[in-house]
Amino acid sequence: MEQTKAITVNRAFGDIVEGEAIVSEEGFSPRYDLDRWSGIISRPGHKLEGLSITGKILFFPSAKGGVAAGWAFHDIKHKGLAPKAFVFGVTNPVMVQGAIFANITITEGWDCVPHDVIRTGDIVRVDPQLRRIVLVSRK
Amino acid sequence: MSRMNKHANADATYDMELSPEEQAMLRGEKGEAVQEAIRLQIEIAKFWGAKRMVPVTNVHIMGDMEVLGDAGKDFLTSVAAKNARAACATTTNPRCVDFAFADRLGQDPEIVGKEMQVVSLFKTMNIAPVNTCINYQTVYQPHVGEHVAWGDTGTVIYANSVFGARTNFESGPAALAAALTGRTAAYGFHLDENRKGTFLVEINFTPNDYADWGAIGKLVGEMNQNYLAVPVFVGAGSPSSDELKHLGAALAAYGSMAMFHMVGVTPEARSVEDAFGGKQPSHVMSISQADIDAVYASYNTNGNPLDLVVFSGPQLSILEIAKLADLFRGKRVKPGTQVIVTTTNGVKSHARQIGTLQTLEEAGVLILEGVCFYILQNLSQMRESNGWMNVITNSAKLANNVGAHKLNGILRKTSDCVDIALGTGA
Repeated sequence: MEQTKAITVNRAFGDIVEGEAIVSEEGFSPRYDLDRWSGIISRPGHKLEGLSITGKILFFPSAKGGVAAGWAFHDIKHKGLAPKAFVFGVTNPVMVQGAIFANITITEGWDCVPHDVIRTGDIVRVDPQLRRIVLVSRK
Repeated sequence: MSRMNKHANADATYDMELSPEEQAMLRGEKGEAVQEAIRLQIEIAKFWGAKRMVPVTNVHIMGDMEVLGDAGKDFLTSVAAKNARAACATTTNPRCVDFAFADRLGQDPEIVGKEMQVVSLFKTMNIAPVNTCINYQTVYQPHVGEHVAWGDTGTVIYANSVFGARTNFESGPAALAAALTGRTAAYGFHLDENRKGTFLVEINFTPNDYADWGAIGKLVGEMNQNYLAVPVFVGAGSPSSDELKHLGAALAAYGSMAMFHMVGVTPEARSVEDAFGGKQPSHVMSISQADIDAVYASYNTNGNPLDLVVFSGPQLSILEIAKLADLFRGKRVKPGTQVIVTTTNGVKSHARQIGTLQTLEEAGVLILEGVCFYILQNLSQMRESNGWMNVITNSAKLANNVGAHKLNGILRKTSDCVDIALGTGA
């Protein structure tokens, strides 16, 4: 029987969410990388260019600069374009402030490289109280 | 911020030390807006493990329609309706509209109207709409150890590094909360332990342009993307305020960094040992002239015209305007090319008094006030209608940030930018 696939995170906020994972090798900025009118990663050359973040659980190794996330997350939430969760390796206060303000689940830090456990398209569950991300099913 | 209730009520104070005044805020004794603000702050504190709040003397907040959206504007309206007032001196970051040029730039009249309403809402809340990202040069200079809550990453890194003041990146809603409560959670760069250097950067050449300083920031930032990474620069000479501005803005834009030290220049780096506080650097970077040359060589025009030159991000100081005026004096921007400068209302006014504004205008340069180029409302549509593909700029930060609008940013030295604008260079 396959062992439970899980990632433990260092810090977390928000509700328990379950959804499709997108695992990025590149960091993220909602102002510089995202079209906030479609929910699609729009920056030319971004490793996720053309993908929609809406309803997804997003794994990013890092956060990029810009204080815009605070309002931007709130904006995309109200437009129905928000992801279910942000899972960061290393984040910055802006992402956290913005996610908390918009009530989007967010975590920082992981005990193993997400790629070793989770691939884009897998269904995962994020439990902020337990600080744990579990693989629910493979793509 | 009422949306925080569900989470905040479950564990309202966890193990934070709240002062009697903060407890009164949490009970709602200072009004609903303040109560909701401190609830948000406590939830943020909880994420980062902050044990207490720190009073702040100054708040700088981002809030323009381009990023607020209707939801953000509605939120500001609801907060203002609760008689919210800033508890300490509070100012605003650039807008997305220069009202005098909105028509000429083809900006959406409906959103321009909403931007006017946002300015009015800020005034109602005792927040001064100075609309600048160079508040550290034009509005307020906090002293060593002074706690502030600033938005715009470029303002934060300047405050922490050059002034030795203390702030984290404060996004719009977080900065608004700080304005209403007069405090912020004590984590990140408010704490001594996070302010020491983490790695060393040796500068082995003599930077001689703002673009060189931005290129250094790009190289260091891209290689070390981490909010809590603090580079310690040695061999950097004695840069000016504007040079430090371009360095910091690029470090923040490319590396999400909020602080640097420069030995012999910044106040918490009287020596290398002082900057590292007894810690060992995790690694050492060396930057040579060849590295900077490689940055400039990395940009590609893709065979498209060089018909847009922008000096912005951060807004220009009065001294940067004067240097540009010297380069443009008596010359004309080549037909078909647009040159844009963004600055503050105050700097533009001074430039008019001095005469440097007229010099630039006579050369055909468009000077916008209270805005930053890459956040202009309708920028993507402006790109399409003007057929712009490339942006030539001396700002490494801007060269990065215009990518969101599918513009190809190209970093060049200031004089090269001017030569391109005049049609005398490539």
